[in-house]
Amino acid sequence: MEFEAIIGLEVHAELSTKTKIYCGCTTEFGGEQNTHCCPVCMGLPGALPVLNKEVVTYAMKAGLALNCEINKETYMARKNYFYPDCPKNYQITQDETPLCKNGYVEITTEEGTKKIGIQRIHIEEDAGKALHREDGTYVDFNRSGVPLIEIVSKPDMRTAQEAKMYLENLKAILQYTEVSDCKMEEGSLRCDANVSVRPKGSTEFGVKTEIKNMNSFKAVEKAIEYEIKRQIEAINRGEKIVQETRRWDETKGETIVMRSKEEAHDYRYFPEPDMVYLVVDDEWINNVKNTLPELPDKKRARYISEYGLPEYDASILTSSKALAAFFEDTVKEGASPKDASNWIMGEVLRTLNDREMSIEDIKVQPKHLAKLIELINNGTITGTIAKKVFKDMFETGDDPEKIVKEKGMVQISDENAIRDIVNKVLDENPQSVEDYKNGKTKAMGFVVGQVMKASKGKANPQLVNKLVEEELQKR
Amino acid sequence: MSVTIRDVEYVAKLARLEFTEEQKQKFTEDLNGILNYVEMLNEVDTENVEISIGAYRVENALRDDVVKDSFDRDSLLKNAPDSQDGFVKVPKVIE
Amino acid sequence: MHTKTLHEIRELINKGEVSCVELTKNTLERISSVDDKIGAYLQIDEEGALNKAKEVDEKIRRGEEVSFLAGIPMAIKDNICVEGLKTTCASKILENFVSPYDAHVTKRLKQNDAVILGKLNMDEFAMGSSSENSAFKKVRNPYDLERVPGGSSGGSAAAVAAGEAYYTLGSDTGGSIRQPASLCGVVGLKPTYGRISRYGLVAFASSLDQIGPFTKDVEDCAHVLEAIAGYDEMDSTSAKKEVEDYTRYLNQDIKGLKIGIPKECFGEGLNEDVRKEIENAIAVYRKLGAEIKEISLPMSKYALAVYYILASSEASSNLARFDGIRYGYRADEFEDVVDLYVKSRSKGFGDEVKRRIMLGTYALSAGYYDAYYKKALKVRTLIINEYKRAFEDVDVILTPTSPTVAFKIGEKSNNPLEMYLSDIYTVPINIAGVPAISIPAGFVGGLPVGMQLIGNYFDEGTLIKVGHAFERETEFSKVRPSI
Repeated sequence: MEFEAIIGLEVHAELSTKTKIYCGCTTEFGGEQNTHCCPVCMGLPGALPVLNKEVVTYAMKAGLALNCEINKETYMARKNYFYPDCPKNYQITQDETPLCKNGYVEITTEEGTKKIGIQRIHIEEDAGKALHREDGTYVDFNRSGVPLIEIVSKPDMRTAQEAKMYLENLKAILQYTEVSDCKMEEGSLRCDANVSVRPKGSTEFGVKTEIKNMNSFKAVEKAIEYEIKRQIEAINRGEKIVQETRRWDETKGETIVMRSKEEAHDYRYFPEPDMVYLVVDDEWINNVKNTLPELPDKKRARYISEYGLPEYDASILTSSKALAAFFEDTVKEGASPKDASNWIMGEVLRTLNDREMSIEDIKVQPKHLAKLIELINNGTITGTIAKKVFKDMFETGDDPEKIVKEKGMVQISDENAIRDIVNKVLDENPQSVEDYKNGKTKAMGFVVGQVMKASKGKANPQLVNKLVEEELQKR
Repeated sequence: MSVTIRDVEYVAKLARLEFTEEQKQKFTEDLNGILNYVEMLNEVDTENVEISIGAYRVENALRDDVVKDSFDRDSLLKNAPDSQDGFVKVPKVIE
Repeated sequence: MHTKTLHEIRELINKGEVSCVELTKNTLERISSVDDKIGAYLQIDEEGALNKAKEVDEKIRRGEEVSFLAGIPMAIKDNICVEGLKTTCASKILENFVSPYDAHVTKRLKQNDAVILGKLNMDEFAMGSSSENSAFKKVRNPYDLERVPGGSSGGSAAAVAAGEAYYTLGSDTGGSIRQPASLCGVVGLKPTYGRISRYGLVAFASSLDQIGPFTKDVEDCAHVLEAIAGYDEMDSTSAKKEVEDYTRYLNQDIKGLKIGIPKECFGEGLNEDVRKEIENAIAVYRKLGAEIKEISLPMSKYALAVYYILASSEASSNLARFDGIRYGYRADEFEDVVDLYVKSRSKGFGDEVKRRIMLGTYALSAGYYDAYYKKALKVRTLIINEYKRAFEDVDVILTPTSPTVAFKIGEKSNNPLEMYLSDIYTVPINIAGVPAISIPAGFVGGLPVGMQLIGNYFDEGTLIKVGHAFERETEFSKVRPSI
């Protein structure tokens, strides 16, 4: 039997506000344990929550960027469960009235563009951090109360790859809007997956499992792939799928059952009586709309139509806000979009990849990259030299002009000087001259290479070509 | 609706409480007594009635996103039954 | 001295007839002579109180202007946080909890240079109507030591009645200020929900809780309310409404003012002798020229049922934080963290608290939410609407505060429902969120009877006006127990 998978993702993103969702403590990452805390976020008796206005603005921004409707009247709710990192033993979240609903993210698959629906986005607080050590569990409440949005997709994804693409696009949008920095390694972006399988063509849903503890996009893809395979194999063996929570074990490369869903998950949601109605009016919504930046889809289309970039290049360049900004700044500094794109898609991304760095960490400034391109185009340096200059720029962040000047890398365009080198090379390689005369035109290429080498790459390649040919003819 | 001992046991588990058999019996009776009394609400027609969250309607109690000083850690942890190196300590939690 | 009112004491201080230190020492002596019998105090901060008194005396000596409350001894129910003092909620689970911060009202009192004597006994986590549910000791009624002072703010009421403080603060979730005020023969006000910040009040039922003052008379009540009322950015549910000068409602004529008498509050369950006293009070108002109007509040009979669902449900969640991890009692022996929760909570909470947590957890649990909690929230809407409509016709509503006078200790402690019924007249007010005051209005067999005046939202002023008019005509607020 052929199966298809049904995948839905629940993504938690930490919002980039300055303060926590219900108190004025800083959200700054790091900091010594339990030093970003107060009675509110430590759940002391008598402390009360007050909603951070910016959290609402950020969540709406995410919602609007993800094509959601805004719920104009909402209220918070309590989700009750006991856990040592949950100071009140309830989480203040939203239940029946999420702030945003019914949105979507577009992904591009082999079959074309596909809309992945977003069911809801709600605001809530993060828990503290529990560190499990040999002699006990140590709890730090610095993260307790950091604002989160939970983005719940519709079960619209069918493959692990689609899930990964959805996640990548979602991340890009959250970063573009500066709603979240989306650092999976710092936990500011987290993802749980609901996975079920069913016979292809069936319209009913199978029993789903929830997968947690996936710490990278790769892990999400691998865990879902594993889980789909596991479920199909189980069904083929005649077993029943149990609704349960499973943990992705990165080293073993498998999902492991955590706890049965029926057991203790009776969260007893009810409207938060310590808080009041949240009402957003059109003015507020419009103000948020007006602050939305150009989003990846639009930007990509513009790169194609306005700059004439190939679709692939446009997709890569818009995949992160920082990369797109780097590209646009390079163009703004005078580089042609084609040149800028070629350099970024080539040397820049390759070097970053080799070093396992991201564009945010690069020392090279866009204006320097633009200048480097100009130096090539106006004949000051050769392409070969440019790559060397770029390596220097990457290490030091220096101005390419300075590097070229200091290291004497300026292109030699003096005909006489190059002619001297050509003749010297020809003198040293009589065999090549002979070969050329016998009709082996390849020999010319060898000579050109030798000349470039002798000039340390500085000789103007066009001139070298021309002069080598002339001198060979003369012999 | 009538509460059974099993309901009491389930609710006790949710509430992180434990009782002797005798107490469970007593709570079952008490809860049934109160719930019987509460049944009178079924007389009230609440169709098309909105819920009230709070005694009267208040909207948008919101705070500006301005950092305030956090509390001194020692003052927050001085009531903790067990703390170490600035952490609150609990018996090891196994997931 | 201890029989005097707050405003009388202010006058004595202002005239220089007594210093704040003398007054504070005098009150501390009064406490040590009577509190063994009353059991109102759980904690006394003698040093803090005397230091504050000294500070105020110096201010006065320097000729600085001081507030009305400055230098006068008062005390606070033990579910309201005072930095550096214990806040136990009369529970074993918080027996050693020292608050690292001040409640909003505490801050306001400190700004007013109040002399805070200590913390007052109560029913554990404010759950009860007799103050028998304290984990530490029972409070006794100053009029009859064999009887309860009411609850849950029994310590706050008894302390004022017995002259152990010139005024106190309590909290009221379903009658916890008004009922003990009634049973102890003092004035107790539950302001409009949101009039006073709840920040630092250990929550029992967040949507019903409200802090309020206990005083010997209505005039004192106006002064204390003015000092502690007002918006607080730390409490989302506190109202952004200007605080009025409540003392301007004193000494006002009430001719033509409409007083509603809900017939439902004078039916079955009301003690006959109490009824007579309340009818006498109504006659006083008639004589003063008020228009007495019979009204009907048919939804109020559902208030107690709504109350037990809402209050218990909210409590089950509010009290989840008492888990033996960040603060509070932790059991000595446990197997793992879940067992730690279970043992600490089972040993730390008393029976009534557990009963309400169980009821609330049940009402919120899967499958029952719509039938109980949501239903209760809808009936709440109907009760609110009923009060709103009633106040289109009348200025205040008058009822008994409690169906009986103080009952004997132990009399109702084995029957939760019967105990709950003693809140029958006070509970609807918390459901609606309107303000209400209990004022001494008579005696039955030497025990005080209280009358409850209910006002429209944020109309505490009218309650003070109407209450004060009654006090000028009668002597009940001047009676003190013989202890």
